Amino acid sequence: MPVDASLVGRTFPPTRPHTVSEEKVRELAATTGAVWDGGPVPPTFPIVLAFEAMNAFLADVGIELSRIVHGDQRFRYERPVRVGDVLTASLTVASVRSIGGNDIIGTTSEVLDADGSLVCATSATLVHRGAA
Amino acid sequence: MSLEPGTELAVQRYVVRRSDLVRYAGASGDFNPIHWSDRVAAEVGLPGVIAHGMYTLALAARAVATWTGDAEVLELGAKFTAPVVVPDDDTGVEVEVAGTVSSVEDGRAAIALTVTSGGQKVLGMPKAVVRA
Repeated sequence: MPVDASLVGRTFPPTRPHTVSEEKVRELAATTGAVWDGGPVPPTFPIVLAFEAMNAFLADVGIELSRIVHGDQRFRYERPVRVGDVLTASLTVASVRSIGGNDIIGTTSEVLDADGSLVCATSATLVHRGAA
Repeated sequence: MSLEPGTELAVQRYVVRRSDLVRYAGASGDFNPIHWSDRVAAEVGLPGVIAHGMYTLALAARAVATWTGDAEVLELGAKFTAPVVVPDDDTGVEVEVAGTVSSVEDGRAAIALTVTSGGQKVLGMPKAVVRA
């Protein structure tokens, strides 16, 4: 079933607060073979928040994750993520198009700190592959 | 290192094995089975288990960190244009990250990336902007 175009403009509730821990940063850095030594948090860290926001969105609109292929992802940082930050992400549906039986869903997510200040704005295109 | 426009950065090579995808799934929270289950990947019409687009982007970000000595990243993004198929063997697949400093102005250095696997570009217009 195609994704409802009336979702465009809707913002979903923020994710539960995520306290950035040394262990999570080390774990994420290690996936690329890097050894995190207390330096900068890898810039892809906000995906942890953005992905949780996306999962909640998919569950809300009844889309199966296995039918999603990631089309693109962009991050713009207001400031680096730091250990100890308490972050939330809110996803907004920016666009919905249907091409060749697939839905192309444009999303933006704002990652905010505990003060409500923007840490990172990120956008993602989700390709929802229609049933063959 | 100095970030001068036109500087070509040393190619970074990373081997991606199925176990890296499992590790990345756990660290990022992206448990989409197309990144670990051949059965589900085939069911949704993919050529095999594919790397998370964000994992490939994380490798590109690691290359940027290596080149710039962990410079603060201001922007990062790419389109996920071709899947990186990761076989269930001990060899895995290689991802190559090349980069050229495309501009330096107002304290911002833009790095145009080229990310390939098996000679094919896998990211579309991958780009990082770091504080220069």
